[in-house]
Amino acid sequence: MFNREEKLPAIRLAVIQYAIAAIMVVLVLGLWRLQVVGGQNYHALAEANRIRKVPILAPRGKLFDRDNRLIVDNYPSVSCFLVREQGHDIASDLPLISRGLHMSVDQIDAILKRYRTAPKYQPLPLKQDITPDEVEFIEAHKDELPELETIQEQRRLYPKDGFAAHLIGYVGEVSEEMLNDPHYAVYEPGDVVGRSGVEASYDAVLRGDDGSQDVVVDSHGREVGKLGTEPAKPGQSLRLTIDLDIQRAAENALGDRNGAVIAIDPHTGEVLALVSRPWFDPNAFAVRISRDDWNKYVTDPEDPLMDKAIQAQLAPGSTFKIIMSLAGLEEGVAQDMNVHCAGGVNLFGTYQRCWVHGGHGAVNINKAIYQSCDVFFYTLAARLGIDKIAFWAHKVGLGFKTGIDLPDEVSGTMPSAEWKMKNFHQKWYPGEVTSVGIGQGAVAATPVQMVRAIAGIASGGALKRPHVIFPDEIPADYRQSILDNFPGSGDVNFPIAPADWEMITDSMAEVTLPIGTDPSAHLEGIDFAGKTGSAQTMSNALAAKMGHAHSVKDNAWFVGFAPRDNPEIVVAALWENGEEGPWVAPIVRDVLKAYFDKKVRLGEPRPQIAGIPRLLTPTAASEPANP
Amino acid sequence: MVILASAICSLGVLQIFSATHDTAWAGAWWKQVVWILAGFIAMWFATLIDYDTLLGQIPILYSLSVATLIGTFAFGMTAFHSRRWIGTTSLHLQVSEFVKLVIVLLVARYMTELKTEQLELPDLLKLGGLVGLPMALVMLQPDLGTALTYLPILAAGVFVAGLRWQYAVAILVIVALVMPVGYFFVLKDYQKARLVSFLDANQDPKGSGYQVIQSKIAVGSGALWGRGVTKGTQTQGRFLPVPHKDFIFSAFAEEHGFVGVIVVLGLYFLLLMQIVQNAQTAPDRAGMYICMGIATVLLFHVLVNVGMVVGRMPVTGIPLPLMSYGGSNILAAFLMLGLVNNVRLRRFVN
Repeated sequence: MFNREEKLPAIRLAVIQYAIAAIMVVLVLGLWRLQVVGGQNYHALAEANRIRKVPILAPRGKLFDRDNRLIVDNYPSVSCFLVREQGHDIASDLPLISRGLHMSVDQIDAILKRYRTAPKYQPLPLKQDITPDEVEFIEAHKDELPELETIQEQRRLYPKDGFAAHLIGYVGEVSEEMLNDPHYAVYEPGDVVGRSGVEASYDAVLRGDDGSQDVVVDSHGREVGKLGTEPAKPGQSLRLTIDLDIQRAAENALGDRNGAVIAIDPHTGEVLALVSRPWFDPNAFAVRISRDDWNKYVTDPEDPLMDKAIQAQLAPGSTFKIIMSLAGLEEGVAQDMNVHCAGGVNLFGTYQRCWVHGGHGAVNINKAIYQSCDVFFYTLAARLGIDKIAFWAHKVGLGFKTGIDLPDEVSGTMPSAEWKMKNFHQKWYPGEVTSVGIGQGAVAATPVQMVRAIAGIASGGALKRPHVIFPDEIPADYRQSILDNFPGSGDVNFPIAPADWEMITDSMAEVTLPIGTDPSAHLEGIDFAGKTGSAQTMSNALAAKMGHAHSVKDNAWFVGFAPRDNPEIVVAALWENGEEGPWVAPIVRDVLKAYFDKKVRLGEPRPQIAGIPRLLTPTAASEPANP
Repeated sequence: MVILASAICSLGVLQIFSATHDTAWAGAWWKQVVWILAGFIAMWFATLIDYDTLLGQIPILYSLSVATLIGTFAFGMTAFHSRRWIGTTSLHLQVSEFVKLVIVLLVARYMTELKTEQLELPDLLKLGGLVGLPMALVMLQPDLGTALTYLPILAAGVFVAGLRWQYAVAILVIVALVMPVGYFFVLKDYQKARLVSFLDANQDPKGSGYQVIQSKIAVGSGALWGRGVTKGTQTQGRFLPVPHKDFIFSAFAEEHGFVGVIVVLGLYFLLLMQIVQNAQTAPDRAGMYICMGIATVLLFHVLVNVGMVVGRMPVTGIPLPLMSYGGSNILAAFLMLGLVNNVRLRRFVN
């Protein structure tokens, strides 16, 4: 059927032979380039392919009170991340993810959109602190939803109802600005960092060091083995100088009133209690704070996130008269000064009124303090002049940060001629000094400044840097960085003549010695010295001009300490817009009471009364605060 | 030739074992051994029957092939969204693989029956139509890769038969015109994506380009000496897609390195050279066409498969003959070798 003799040109077969050889050579060359020339590169790629570094998050250090009672704890929590690189068709997985994680598709879309530009391998935080049900869902759908990953972490558990919230602060995800700041170089996006309070100022100690585990994975991201582990170094737990009992008393005493309370040990500067109102819930930040919650906090005109103990700079009002007395006595002017208060005095061409319109009559320094006579201090201020007042006010730290180890302290204002020239390029007008004399005008101080100043005066001129962490319990290298990061007037010593501080403290004790007539009778047997203050939020003249003098509430202050001699605790309380309410003094009294009740409970001897004040004026403490 | 084939098969079995030893496919190497034994039997049968007899039965075989392809298309099992197999779940055969043999014989017979020294246009069109019909059916399955393997058989036949250069140019022009049309109207989306990813694998590293990138990493990381049997991280970590089937060469290259690759390609080269040599010594034109058709189709397989795993060819799903796991692949390859043997044994006839 076929002709077997016929042959075809051999040349064509030879061509095909050569073609086969050529193709083989091309393939070999391709493989040579890939394997021999590029071997190193591809080897690295293959290694990266199979090893994934999984971070082991270091648990943050816990926070205890000074008696080692737990305040801030951690709890284990699972967060869910989405790794787009590992998914096949994420858009079509969304309904399932949405059902399993109890999030709306819109929510997930928003997250995907927010991280649109992030690299595909970067895990996107989908939902934090997920429930066991949701963990189970992710485990059960490992094959359908390979893009979902979970990570175990320790989450902050803060006290409820904003207890010590401003002092402790809160943690949150590191922000974009922080990442650009070399100070925060150790952080990666998504890391948790202290954002305020102790959490922020001691972040480097509390943080610890994250470890990592090299995990061998297959192409589906499934773990097939483990390599080396670098364990996490847990953060150091810290003991706060806070005393839970005193803190609780201060929280309760301030209640829902806007303001702040701060209590310190004048010997050391240790902060025993620090409260600010209104409060916020740090737990809301521990899990990613919702936009609504955040907006609520930042748009609230009362600013709950503000720590008023260190950030509210307000006119100290009559509490400033203690500093005026110090200046007057130390300058040798006030001792023999006698003023007749007829309800006002004409100075620098204007008539300045005392808060007691009927006048105090004959007033010396002692009466001026316990009666808070404005006329006396107008006159004293006029005699001293602004620069002498500023000199002594600066000595006790007004106009400077105290250097407390909490973030964002403000410095307040202590006016002087130099200050006015520098800030307003105007000469100081001598008539301005009278309002400074009663703690008004440009004078502005924070509660922490006042508590440090009063503590310093009460202990004879030894001012301490207030602090909330025991310095010798943190690593030595970090101790110095705390001092560097929180500059302020710190520890200052200027011996006050004993007669002078005795005069001041005795007079302050008389303010609070209405034994039997006042709730402060609970402090019977304890020398409780203090000074009221109330500061106008705008000047009387301006208020009168605007025609609503009575609708403008003043800020009420009280600074107090006990015992009068060798004081153990100094408290400053601020009640914003609180002038028309009850006194602020009971707040301070409650805090002091908690302190001494605790001492009694612990069986320590009740401190002795140093001596009977020279004047007993039962009416002194029952009179209302100086308007 | 049998020794060469056995050597390639053994390396294939070794690699299948290595790539699947701790996966759901763990028993695959054993099945492959069974297929290879079956392949030797098939080869023996293909050698027994005189190829002249086979050529005589071409009309029947061809009709049967087309009918089966239509049948497969209508009733075949759907695996990976395409209908390529026929049979039960435990034993399925890819019909299109065997149609290749029929095409080889068809081209051989057609060319032998031509009286002229050079191929004339009507003959060319007629042959093109004969090959085009099963090709179109396979494409519809859709299995573009296998369909394309029919073309080199035709091309080799035409080349050896001799073609006027005007026709050759005309064919090239027509192909150039048809290609864009085909891209937009014939190719499925996944096929287009494969082509795009071939042109730029990094464009979508987790999508279509993924296989190519992972394959290149596997091959590249094998370096000169390879990472050792069962030590290839790309293969063992399942980064490589189907490392015992289409991407077996990547797995082999990763674990045995450039040296191992040279050995395998050397074996293929010797095998192909032997087939071509058989073409030269063939007793008649038909035998020569058969050998050349088989040589080119095997070469095409090796070129496209190896080209694919090193990122020089688009991903088409063409297995590496004799090495890749799969009964149809093994049986078809051995049947082809059987045909070559058939021609070889009859070289002293007359």
